[in-house]
Amino acid sequence: MRAAVITFPGSNCDEDLQWALAHVCGIPADLVPASQETLAGYDAVFLPGGFSYGDYLRSGAIARFSPIMTAVQDFAAAGGFVVGICNGFQILTEAGLLPGALQWNTSLHFICAPAPLTVVNTATAFSNHYADMESVTLPIAHGEGSYYADPATLAELEANHQVVFRYQDNPNGSIHDIAGITNRAGNVLGMMPHPERAVEALLGGTDGRGVFYSLLNATKGAAAHVAG
Amino acid sequence: MLQVELSPEEIRTAKPYRQWDMTDAEYDRFTQLIGHLPTFTEVGLASGMWSEHCAYKYSKPVLRQFWTKNENVVMGPGEGAGAIRIGAGKVVVFKAESHNHPSAVEPYEGAATGVGGIIRDIFSMGAKPIAVLDSLRFGELTDPRTRQLLDQVVAGIAGYGNAIGIPTVGGETAFDPTYARNPLVNAMCVGIMDEDQLQKGRAAGVGNAILYVGAKTGRDGINGASFASGTFSDSEAADRSAVQVGDPFMEKLLVDACLKVTNDHQDILVGMQDMGAAGLVSSSVEMAGKSASGMALDLDLVPQREPDMTSFEIMLSESQERMLLCVAAGHEAEIQEIFARYGLDAVVIGRVTAGHQYVLTHHGETVCDIPVSSLTSDAPVYHQAGQQPARLQAPAPDWQPVITDVTATWTRLMNQPTIANKASLFSRYDAQVQTNTVVLPGSDAAVLRIKGTDRAIAMTTDSNGRYVYLDPYIGGQRTVAEAAANLVASGATPLGITDCLNYGDPTKPEIFYELETSAQGITAATKVFNTPVISGNVSLYNETNGTAIYPTPMVGMVGLIEDMTTITTQDFKQAGDLVYLVGTTQPDFSGSEIQKLLTGDIAGRLADLDLATVKHQQDLVLAAIQAHLVTAAHDLSEGGLLTGLAEMAFANQIGADLRVAVPTSWLFAETPGRFLITIAPENQPAFEKVLGSAATLLGRTTAAPQVTIAAPNRTFSASLADLHQAWEEGIPCRMN
Repeated sequence: MRAAVITFPGSNCDEDLQWALAHVCGIPADLVPASQETLAGYDAVFLPGGFSYGDYLRSGAIARFSPIMTAVQDFAAAGGFVVGICNGFQILTEAGLLPGALQWNTSLHFICAPAPLTVVNTATAFSNHYADMESVTLPIAHGEGSYYADPATLAELEANHQVVFRYQDNPNGSIHDIAGITNRAGNVLGMMPHPERAVEALLGGTDGRGVFYSLLNATKGAAAHVAG
Repeated sequence: MLQVELSPEEIRTAKPYRQWDMTDAEYDRFTQLIGHLPTFTEVGLASGMWSEHCAYKYSKPVLRQFWTKNENVVMGPGEGAGAIRIGAGKVVVFKAESHNHPSAVEPYEGAATGVGGIIRDIFSMGAKPIAVLDSLRFGELTDPRTRQLLDQVVAGIAGYGNAIGIPTVGGETAFDPTYARNPLVNAMCVGIMDEDQLQKGRAAGVGNAILYVGAKTGRDGINGASFASGTFSDSEAADRSAVQVGDPFMEKLLVDACLKVTNDHQDILVGMQDMGAAGLVSSSVEMAGKSASGMALDLDLVPQREPDMTSFEIMLSESQERMLLCVAAGHEAEIQEIFARYGLDAVVIGRVTAGHQYVLTHHGETVCDIPVSSLTSDAPVYHQAGQQPARLQAPAPDWQPVITDVTATWTRLMNQPTIANKASLFSRYDAQVQTNTVVLPGSDAAVLRIKGTDRAIAMTTDSNGRYVYLDPYIGGQRTVAEAAANLVASGATPLGITDCLNYGDPTKPEIFYELETSAQGITAATKVFNTPVISGNVSLYNETNGTAIYPTPMVGMVGLIEDMTTITTQDFKQAGDLVYLVGTTQPDFSGSEIQKLLTGDIAGRLADLDLATVKHQQDLVLAAIQAHLVTAAHDLSEGGLLTGLAEMAFANQIGADLRVAVPTSWLFAETPGRFLITIAPENQPAFEKVLGSAATLLGRTTAAPQVTIAAPNRTFSASLADLHQAWEEGIPCRMN
C-alpha cells in the first residue's frame, strides 16, 4: 500500500499524517501538493487537518477548488480509498464526496481534548481492525466540528450504516454524536478526531493506529490503484 | 496621522515628533548626528528607532549586566532569538516578546499578532518553530472588561497558533487588580534546528539584493513601537490604528517558504530578519548596521496594500507577516521562484551599498539620507539613577493568617482564578499539532520530544509580580528559581532563559530601581542555575493614569531531557506511594495567594533566598528522577503545599494520608524551593540515600479520594470531589 497525503496551502497536519503512516505504521506515504493534478500510483489518499487557504470564507470551501480535487473526485469515483481528517473531512463535505456539513462547535470555541469514541461499524475499510463497539480515545482539535445533516440524509446514513465513529461524550454538538462517516459506497471516510495523533504510547495512546491498519488489511494484495 | 508632511524648518518649530514620544533634546541630538535638519521621514524613522521598544534606551544599562554566555550558548541576545545546544548537532532557539499595549486596546489582534511576531523571530534564525507558550496577566474577573480581555486574548492566541500549526503547549495566567487596565500578554516561541544552519539578520556585500517578502504594507500599526513606549490614560482615546491585524494563513506560507530557503539555499542567503517593531526601517537598518554596510531602498517598489502611502507610513507600518532578506546579487530569481511557489510576493526593493548611508527614495525623490548608525548604534542610552520606593524602606510587619476552618479555606483558595484550573482557557489551543507533545498543558512544564533524536525538551514561563513588588531583588531571584523548579520537576536540566521585562515608566527613579534591582536578582539566580539569558524583550510604560503595574519580569526557561524514560509529571500514579516534601516550610506569607484572599492586599517582606540550597535540592530531585526513583514530582508555588497536593491528586483521583510537623496555617505558606514527590515504597532506601535530609516523608497516597492531614495543632480532611469542583469552577463560573 502506498498513500498520498495532500498538502493544501494551510494544511498543518500533513507531516504528522506522513509520520504516522510511514514512520509508525510502515505505510509508505508521500506529500502531494494540492497544485498537482494526478494521483496515479496510490492506493489511498489522505486529506489532512489544518486550515486550508486559512479556512477563509468557510472551512474547506476554497480547498475544494484546488487542482488536486478533480483527481481526488476521480480517484474516489473509481473506488479508491479516500480519508479526510478534521479539515480534510470539512473539505470532503464541501466537495460533495461526503454528505452533511460541519458547523461551529456549540461552545463557539476551538476545542483540543481527548475524545472517547465508540467504533459503531467495523465492516469498513477504515475500521475492520477494531472490535465491534470498541471504545477508543482519539484527540480532537477543531472549531468547526459539529456534524449536521438534514433528517432525510441522516436517516439514510443510519440505514446504510455509514456512521463509523460516535462520540461517547459529545463535545461539539454533532447530530447523533457523529464523529466519522463513510460515503454510501464505503470507500470515502471523513472524521473529525485525529487518529494520526494517537499512534505512539509516548504521546498518550495508540488507538488511532486501527484506522491505518484497517486500510492495510483492505488493500492487502491489491495492486496499486490507478486513477486520474 | 498627519496627512501633510511638514518641511524640515516647519518640523523644527512645530515639533510634531513630540506626539511620537521623542523629546526636543533627542531631536537636537538626531539633527547633530545626521548633519542637517531632518526631513519628516527622517525624524519619523528616528522616533521609531529611538523608542524604548527598538533602542532599549532606558533598559540597555540594565540588560548589559545580564549573564548571557556559557559553553552551550551558540547565539546570545542581539539577534532575532537566542540559541543553545541540545546535543545531536541541534540547537534550541527561543525568545519571548510582550504585546501588552496592543492587547489592551484590541485584545484579539493584539494577542494574535504577538504570537505571529515571536514565531517570525524564531524562523528568521532558520529554526522550525515547534511550540508557543504564553504568560498572561489580567485584572480581576469581577470586571466585565477583564472578562472580555481574557476571552479575546485567548481567542487571539488560539486563532493564530492553531491555524499556523504550531502547538500552544504551556504558559500561565494570573489575576490581580494591578493589571486591570494594562494586561500583560507575553508570548514565547521555541524552535529547533541544526546548529550549522543558524542564520543572522545582516545585510552585507555591496550590490547584494534586499528582498521584501510576504504580505503587502498597509496603514496598520503605524509607529507601533512608539505607541508601545507610551502610557495609557483616561484623557486620551486609545490609538486603534497603532494595532496590527494578523493573517496566520499568510504566516504559515511564510514559515514554510523561509525554511525552504534557509535549508536549501544557504549559499546565496546572506541574512534574514523579521519586520517587527518599527517595520521596514527597523529590519533594514539593523541588517545594515550589523555589518557596517550602507543601504539604498526604493520605496516605490515596496508592495503596498493602500494607495498614496507616505514614506513615513511605508517605513513605520507594522503590517504583519513580512520578512526582509539579503540575497547574493545575481541569485534573486532563484529565491523569488521559491516564494512564488507559495504564492508570496518577493520583491527586490534595494541593494547593499558602499559606505554607511541609509538612503530612501520615494516618487523619485530622496526622502532620507542619513548615516545607518544614527538610527542604530548612535541612538541615545540613558543611565538613570534608581531610587528605592518608600514602600520598601519601611515594609509592613509580616502577616500571619489565622485559619479556623482549614478545609473551607483550602476550598476557597482552589477556586481563586489564579489557582483554579485553566483548562477552559488552554483547551482552546491546539497543543498537539506536529505530534511532539509528551506532557500537555497543566503540569509543571510542557515536554516535547525531538523527532529524529532520543531527546526531549521541557519549557515553562513564570512570573510573580507580587513578590517582585515586595522585594525586587529576591522577587527576581525567585522568578528564575521557580522556572528552574518547574523544569526539574519534569525531569529536565535547565539550559537557559528568555525574558520579558514588564515595568512602568523607567524615567521615574522608583520604577527604574525596580527594573535594575530585579534584573540583578535575575542575574544572580541565572548564574547559580547555569541558565544564561539568551534573548528577551522589554516592555516599559505599563501604566494607567500614572500608576504602574507591579514590576513583572517574566522568565521563559527551556531544559533538556536526555533520556525520555525519565519524563515525569505531577499526577499521583497509584495508591500506596510514599509522599515526600523536599525543602522546609516556613511562615512565608508575604505576597502569597492566601494573603491576597484573606486580606485583599499584599504586604510584608520576603525572606532571603538561599540560592545555593535551592539549587542543591533541585539537583537532588533531578538525580532521583534520573535514577527512575520518582513516580510524580511537583514544584510548590502559589497557594503553597495544599494547592500543590490537590493538583497532584486531581487527575487520577488518588488521595493522600499525611502527617506534617508545622501548624496547619503554614500549609498555605509559599516558601520557595520546595517539591512534593511520590515514590514507590520499594524505592524508599534508594530515594532517601539520594535525597538525604533534604526530603521529609509525609505519608502515603490512598485509593480513597480524600486527603487527611495530621498536624501538631489539629487533624483535618477534605474530599477531592469538593476541592476539584471548586478548582474546576474557578474560571468558568466567573466568565458567565
